Amino acid sequence: MRDWFRNRRGGRLIFIVGFIPLLFTIFLSTASEQEVAIADEETRHCLSCHGSYKYQLTDTVTGDVATLKMHSDLYIDPLAYSNATHGTFKCTDCHSADYTIHPHPINTKFELQYACMDCHGGDEMYAIEEEYLKSIHATELGEEFTCWSCHNPHTYKLSDKQPGQLVNRVAMNNAACLNCHGNIDNYAVLIEKELPDLIKSHEWLPNQSLHFRKVRCIDCHAANNDSILVAHFVLPADQSVRNCVECHSTNSILMASLYKHQAVEKRNSLGFYNGVIMNEAYVIGANRNYYLNIASIVIFIMVLIGIAIHATLRYIHRHKRHGN
Amino acid sequence: MATKKIYLYPLWLRIWHHVNALLMIILIATGISMQYSNPSYPLIRFDIAVSLHNIAGIMLTLSYFYFFLGVLFTSIGRHYVMKQGFFKAFFQQAKYYMFGIFKGDPHPFPVNETRKFNPIQQITYNVIMHAITPFTFITGWALLYPETIILNVFGYSGIMLTSLFHVAAGFLISIFLVIHLYFITVGHSLTANMKSMITGYHEVEEENEINSTEETKKVTESSNNS
Repeated sequence: MRDWFRNRRGGRLIFIVGFIPLLFTIFLSTASEQEVAIADEETRHCLSCHGSYKYQLTDTVTGDVATLKMHSDLYIDPLAYSNATHGTFKCTDCHSADYTIHPHPINTKFELQYACMDCHGGDEMYAIEEEYLKSIHATELGEEFTCWSCHNPHTYKLSDKQPGQLVNRVAMNNAACLNCHGNIDNYAVLIEKELPDLIKSHEWLPNQSLHFRKVRCIDCHAANNDSILVAHFVLPADQSVRNCVECHSTNSILMASLYKHQAVEKRNSLGFYNGVIMNEAYVIGANRNYYLNIASIVIFIMVLIGIAIHATLRYIHRHKRHGN
Repeated sequence: MATKKIYLYPLWLRIWHHVNALLMIILIATGISMQYSNPSYPLIRFDIAVSLHNIAGIMLTLSYFYFFLGVLFTSIGRHYVMKQGFFKAFFQQAKYYMFGIFKGDPHPFPVNETRKFNPIQQITYNVIMHAITPFTFITGWALLYPETIILNVFGYSGIMLTSLFHVAAGFLISIFLVIHLYFITVGHSLTANMKSMITGYHEVEEENEINSTEETKKVTESSNNS
């Protein structure tokens, strides 16, 4: 076999040509490994323990070193953190500065730390708190339910403005809902109720799997408000959208929800209503073409006129013949 | 003029025709209702329209294969075979519909046992039944199982293109339906054609039946020249 390669020019060529894809494979596999890029020295220092499943504690008197397991609630995935919306923050932007002391002094446990609403509250464009307080999550679950129930501030990533396919953004967004509504362990922590079977309760929806992949839960289950950028007013099931034409019409609510950030125009240059939806999906009733509409009406009317003329001429001639 | 009745439309064909007509009307009405859905003016409630459209579409597919087996294995199949000299005959028939029909000229291709369709009917039924209808239900089934559709065709959503073709084909069928309904009245009396589709018997003038196509052609031409 070795001689065959050595003696034949063709054999060498095959060898060289075969080597190129191999090189590509190596480059691609190294490129896909994402680097954890955390620029801040202090955060890196915190993550040296909290970003690992184990940490070391040194006895200041004896100098003994103990290797301990990091509790899962205190573990922060460094990669997820660096990619998260809050990934550029220092740990002490929210947590007490005393946490920089190691081991952490006991007073850190009693100090007040920043909460979500300290930054996210009071903005009329978002109205998170106002909207949330009206939602079924707030009215039914009260204190049990917090921002953290859906959004882990260490890993949460805004899905709406992410590049890439809409299906991935929808899946990312729905994962937050399914974390409880599709997982009895998390659901049972919040409410003593049987977990409804989502497939069964959505049985009425035609093309169910397509709807689940192409639209977010909140597109039907949250009140949409044009003047607010995000939807936090999650509705009870019986008040959620069940009227198909709310999406399946030229005045589709999807343009004010799922496609809010892309939607600028109602009709694009090719004459399609809600044309922006068509980059990702096709919604019967919402995606129509202005020109095709006009053309079809004109053709239909012309056919009717043609028939009317033909029928009239037949009538006139028949009348004449009988008259004669 | 003496007339005689010939049995042209067997019972199975009439049943198919009327079932097919009913399904087509349901499909067109629900299709229009979905395509032009508007919360303020709902023609048929959207979810009802979707379910009805799906059920009628599935039934239409079954009914189509029933019809197609009939075309393949019974004597009606021969009426769909277009013979040589078709285009000449087509224009002759078109001329009759545009001019001769008003003057009361004799029909260039009168109905008899071996010729149920005139050339225009023949090509129209061939295109509608063997091209547009199958195309409509194939794209319809694809939309019923959208995971089977190619996601992206040159940057356009595959579902959107399938849907556009489906709607366009449905539109052509609805145009056909309107003209088809008008042609009910074109028989030797206003209701003769409709009666034929109910009883199966077509009333023909005996004189016409004897006429060969050639003779008819001469008559048509001479009457056009006069």
